[in-house]
Formats: sequence, structure tokens, C-alpha cells
Amino acid sequence: MSKSIRATAALAAVFASAPILSLATSPATAWEPTKPVEIVVAAGAGGASDQMARMMQAAIQKNNLMKAPVVVSLKGGASGAEALIYMKSSEGDANKVLIAYSLIYMLPLSAKIPFNWRDLTPVSVVAMDQFVLWDNAGGAKTVKEFIAAAKAASSPFKMGGTGSKREDHVLTVFMEKQTGAKFSYLPYKSGGEAATQLVGNHTEANVNNPSENLEVWRAGQVRALCVFDKERIAYKTKVTETQSWNDIPTCKEEGLDVQYLMLRAMFLPGKVTPEQQAFYVDLFEKVTKTAEYKDYMEKQALKPIFLKGPEMLKFLEEDDALNKSLMTEAGFVAK
Amino acid sequence: MEAFGLLMHGFAVLMTWKIISLMVVGLVLGIFVGVLPGLGGPNGVAILLPLTFTMDPTSAIVMLSCIYWGALFGGAITSILFNIPGEAWSVATTFDGYPMAQQGKAAEALTAAFTSSFIGSLVAVMLITFLAPMISSFALKFGPPEFFAVYLLTFCSFVGLGREAKHKTVISMALGLLIAGIGMDTVSGNLRMTFGSDNLLRGINFLVAVIGLFGISEILLTMEERLALRGHAAKISLRTVLKVWMDLPKYWVTLLRSSVIGCWLGITPGGAIAASFMGYNLAKRFSKDPESFGKGRIEGVFAPETAAHASGTAALLPMLALGIPGSGTAAILLGGLMVWGLNPGPLLFVEHKDFVWGLIASMYLGNVVGLVIVLTTVPVFASILRVPFAAVAPMIVVSCAIGAYAIQNAMFDIWLMLGFGVVGYVFKKIGIPLAPFTLALVLGSRAEDAFRLAMIGSGGSVGVFWSNGLVGTITTLAITLLFWPLIDRAFTAVARIWRPTPVTT
Repeated sequence: MSKSIRATAALAAVFASAPILSLATSPATAWEPTKPVEIVVAAGAGGASDQMARMMQAAIQKNNLMKAPVVVSLKGGASGAEALIYMKSSEGDANKVLIAYSLIYMLPLSAKIPFNWRDLTPVSVVAMDQFVLWDNAGGAKTVKEFIAAAKAASSPFKMGGTGSKREDHVLTVFMEKQTGAKFSYLPYKSGGEAATQLVGNHTEANVNNPSENLEVWRAGQVRALCVFDKERIAYKTKVTETQSWNDIPTCKEEGLDVQYLMLRAMFLPGKVTPEQQAFYVDLFEKVTKTAEYKDYMEKQALKPIFLKGPEMLKFLEEDDALNKSLMTEAGFVAK
Repeated sequence: MEAFGLLMHGFAVLMTWKIISLMVVGLVLGIFVGVLPGLGGPNGVAILLPLTFTMDPTSAIVMLSCIYWGALFGGAITSILFNIPGEAWSVATTFDGYPMAQQGKAAEALTAAFTSSFIGSLVAVMLITFLAPMISSFALKFGPPEFFAVYLLTFCSFVGLGREAKHKTVISMALGLLIAGIGMDTVSGNLRMTFGSDNLLRGINFLVAVIGLFGISEILLTMEERLALRGHAAKISLRTVLKVWMDLPKYWVTLLRSSVIGCWLGITPGGAIAASFMGYNLAKRFSKDPESFGKGRIEGVFAPETAAHASGTAALLPMLALGIPGSGTAAILLGGLMVWGLNPGPLLFVEHKDFVWGLIASMYLGNVVGLVIVLTTVPVFASILRVPFAAVAPMIVVSCAIGAYAIQNAMFDIWLMLGFGVVGYVFKKIGIPLAPFTLALVLGSRAEDAFRLAMIGSGGSVGVFWSNGLVGTITTLAITLLFWPLIDRAFTAVARIWRPTPVTT
């Protein structure tokens, strides 16, 4: 009797070890989260990061890409520094994934936050976000007129944006350097606020991401002057009555040679296992193939892109160096 | 009348058993989260948001907005029974609601709170129904100077109209402003007063402070007074409810004034919390007997609750029309809208008529159903007071701790809450009012940002606060209120000199 039990147990052990062996060869399925996975957003509710996180949450759940549920947690305190510190202090916890943007380079420089993105585990770059120069529908019609108006203004010419010493502020400084015009930069708490303040004529312009100004653009309340990229946005479907994203000229075409693209990338906390990292690389690769993702990219005029592994690391290092030089040139690096 | 037709269409969308039952479920869940201090509307809605992903947008928003109404109703319950505001807007309700409960009039206070909530939201919903297009253009008029003027008005009305000694109000407010300054400064992008601590990076959360200041300090005070909860459950019957309702017409001026204040501040993005304070202060100012406020006057419950709910409801309008959430809960609802593929903005009213009018119709229905639910449960809630303090106190402390933790999932916040509990206890002992402190904590950093943005925009000229009719009126009103006691005295003095003269000559 006891012998047969032992034999069964041995047999079971063999069967049990077999899948483990086969799994080791394809690490992508070796580990899966059992607890709810938190997508950490380093910005406030309704901003571009939050919208993207909710899109991913919906894409993962609707397409059953993962068994564990997904929650979005907003950690936008201290201009997003809260999320960075939260990720840094969650070492080894593979149930948290940060949706990052250029703040991972800029915040440590401007506010001396003790954070380095190299302490986190990179998963993948999932998109690149554009910046567009917008003015009120009643304002200047072209970039040239706009710059002329800024130069001629007797009172401060107000440029709205999100946060201080960040991407919007950097772009404003570089526009000043290029044109010689002076802007008064007004840092708001969110892109949405910057959008409404432009509609209400409390600022003359802003450099919002497409997603942040989309609705007021469609309503004909703001005008898109130019996009800060080497080439025009690819999407040719009409967004407003008369214009598609593709109809917006590049700033360079309009004689304003300033370019900036912002990454949207996923990071895990530091010290997670390679299996855990591989799971998320695979998960987000699947996300970028869903209809929800493709829809979102087109609607919000993002550049779809997927980078992982050494390719991603190379990109991050280059992007970090670029942002650092921009921040230094703009004089935003804290001493 | 186009609006009326659309509204009827909205009701038609709602009249299915599925939606009505979702409504009831949402309301009950909402009341439940509203009762737990700190859990409140925003967290409740956030936790339940993923449940709605598979629903169609209309059912989803009906359920979520009913959680919101439920939380608005529920927030009043703990304020009145335990002096613990479940939500920021319930703080002013504690001023008279809690004394009423202590005098054995808990049922009256609760009925008054629920009824005035209902009236406030109803007025705001009607406003949304008929004035939606006009209101969104009014909200667009608010730039940094206008925002600052509104905050200034709130602060000044506190100092000028408050019952407490002026210097104590100012001390309390200054401390609040100081604490509000902790964390990242949006305008300069630098950290302030964090002393290298990661926990202080995100600043002091208002709700954590409020739970400590009001809830924990109240427990400490009660413990000192020999473990007896000072309230006694009164006899509760339909008659109590009817009696309060019979009295309602007497307070129509207060109700109307608070509704107007609430609607106005609600559509001013970010102004919702100030509404209940302002409603309370103005009711006190215009009362024939201001001394009785704070000692258990029913009008002191009507005024803040009406204003809070009018503003809480009106706050949904800037969210739908402009994409700017007027309150924390509205911000979460905004996130929900986006998941369902609806982008809040000026075009939402044109492109998604079914959704918008379904939501507006659900505000009417949700409030009626909500009022019935809370009124029938008043006896249940009021009977909590019969439970011995020794049994209730630990439960309150635990629920406060859970609430404080849940806001940001941070253990540090629980220590902070206990710290604020001690601060609140000391303040009560030395007679420093807590309300100005909490007000400064909520609005302090927003007021500061608005002021500095206005200064950047004007190139440093203070004249910007009188640069157009809107901002000029609000600023002047604010300064008048600040010096109201002096002005009042001057007027009486002048009148006294004036009157005897014609008699003698």
C-alpha cells in the first residue's frame, strides 16, 4: 500500500517537473501576477497619462490578456514625484507598473528628487507623444503672425503649460531663443486646465499634447499652429470640420525650428526577476496590438512605437542625454 | 422648451428595470462609503469604476453618479452623529449638526440635512437643465485673478463674519496656510518644507488632517469626560420628519441663498468646497440671532448642506461641458467617461444627447430615490447613538484609520492623522477654531497658485484684481467682508450721531 503511494508521488513529481522544464525554455509564460496589477500614473485625473492608463486597463480586461485584475492608481502628488518615489520604494514588487513620460529625466534635475530611472526595470516604450503650438481661435492665424504679435505685445504675452521647469516650459524657452520674442509662462496644474484657460482667453497660447486640446479643437475654440516634430502627424482622417492631424504644418515648415517628442514608456520597480520583466514586455506588446490601443493612438494623435530590451535602453540613454542638455540650456537644472 | 423635451427623452432612456435597480444599488453603496470617514465619494467611485467597464455608458454613469449622490447624503451622517466629517463639504455641517445630536435632536438634524441636500441638488439640477450652454461660457470667464478673488472672498468672509475672536481665526488660518505650503510648489517647480522626507513630498492631504482634527480629537475629548457619548437618541418617527418639513418654509431665504451660493461656486471650477462654509457664514451673518449658531440651530444645518449639495451637483457641469472636474469625485467620473469613449468637452452635449440627458434625468430620479432611502434609514443611523461609547469609540478610530490610509495607501498618513488629532484636541482646549485651519488647508495652495499666476500674467501689478467687472466686484466684496465688523460699527456710530441732531434742532 505504502509503496504504491510512494510510486504515485514519484510519478506526480515527474509530471509536475515536466511543465517546469518546458516553461524554462519559454520564459514569457513562466510567471504571471496573482494579485491585482497597479498601473501607476504620475499625473492627475483626466490627464494624458491617466487616459492612456485607463485605455490599457480596458484593453487588458476586455481582451483577457491577463488573469489578474488591473487597477489604475493616481500618484500625481508633487508634480508626479510621488509616483517616482513610490516606484523606487517598491523594489521587487512586480505588481506595480509605472506609465512614465519625460518627467523621469526632468524632475530629478529641476527639483533634485532622489530618483534615477536606471533604478527601475524598463519594460517597453509604448508610444511617442507630440507637442503642438495652439492659440485661441480668435488669435493669430499663422506662426509668423503669432511671433509678430508676441514681439509687438506691450503687456506680458502669456503662454500656458503644465508644471514648472518641465517639457512645456522647456519648449517655451526654446521658442524664445529661436524667435527673440518674450513669453510669460503660466504653469497650470494640468493640460486640461491649460486648454480651458486658452479658450477663455486668459492665455495667448499653449503647447499642449494633442490629446489635451483635442476636444476644444474639435469645437473650433482653438487653432493648431504647428507641430514640434520633423514630419507632420500621419493621421489623415478629418478631426475637425475642415482639418485632420496631418493638415497641421510642422513648426520647421513655418520657420520655427524647434522639435520635441515625448516618450510614453512602462517601467517596473527595481530588482524584479527576468521572468517578471518578460511577462510585462509580452503583455504590453499584446496591448499595442489591440484595437483599443490602435484607436487611441489615432484619436489622440500619438506615434505608435514599440521598443524593448537593448533597443529601449539605447533609446532611453540617448533621450536622457538630450533632455539633460535641453534642461541645462534652458537653465532649469537645480544647483 | 427644447431642454424640456430633451429631459423627457432622458427620462425615457432611464425607465428600465435594469437602470432603476442599478440606481438603488449605487445609492446604497454611496451612502455606505459616505458614512465611512475618509473613504468618501472619490474613493468609492474609484474602487467601483472598473465594475462599469462592461456596461454601456448610460447605465455606467447612472450607477456611478448614484454612488456620488449616496456619498453626498452619507457624508452628513457621521458629521452630525460623531462630529467626523466624511467629506470636505460636510465640515460646516458639524458646527450645528453635532450640538443638535448632543441635545437629543439627532433625528431632526439628520432629516434637516437630507432634506436640504435634496433641495440644494434639485435647484442645481434645474440650473443645469435649462442653463447648461450659458453656464459653460460663464465658467470660461475665470482666469487666475478671478479664481484668486473667489478664494479671497471665502477667506475674508471667514474672518469678517466669524463668531470667534478675530485674532484666533487669523492664527488658525495662518497655520493652515503654512501646512498647505508643504510639498511641491507648482509655480516654481521646487520642493518646500519637505526636509528631505519622501512622505512629505506629496504634501499634507486635507482629508487626513480633517479626520484627525475632528474625529480623533472628539474621541479624545469624550474620553476625558468619562467615556460617555454625550448624544442621546431621540424618539424617531414619521412625525419628526414631518415636523422638520413643516418648518421648512420659515427658512426659505436661507435655503435660497445657500442654493445660489452653491450653484455659483459649483460651476466655478474647484469652488465646491468653499460653498458650504460660505453658506453657513452668510446664514449666520443675516440671522437675527447670530449668537445661537454653533449651539445646535437647525438653520445651521440647512445652510451648509443646501450649499454643499447645490455645488456638488453643479460641479458636474464644468466637468461635462469643459472637461474640468469641479470636485475630487467629478475627477474620477471624468476618468470613467474617457474609458467609455466619451470625451467631455463642448461637443459632448451635441454628439451624445442620450448620454447627457440620461445623466441629467438620473440626477432628478437619483435624488428623489436617495431622499426616500436615507429618510427611511434615519432611525437606523440615529440609533447608533444608543450604543455605549466604549464599544463605538474603537470602531470609529479604526474606521478613521482605514479612511486615512485608503486615501493614498500610505501608513505615514495614519500617524499624521493621530498627530492632527492631538492638534485638534489642543485647539479645542485653548479655544482656537478649527474651521479656518481646514479651510486654509483646502484652498491655501490653490489660492497661492492663482495669486502668483495672476501676478506673472499682469507683470506684478495688483491692479489686475480690478481689471474687469467680474473680478473687481468679487475683490471689492471680499475686502468689504473682511472689514465688515469695522464698517458695521462705523455705520452704527454715524447713525447715532445723525439721528439725535434733527431732534435737538
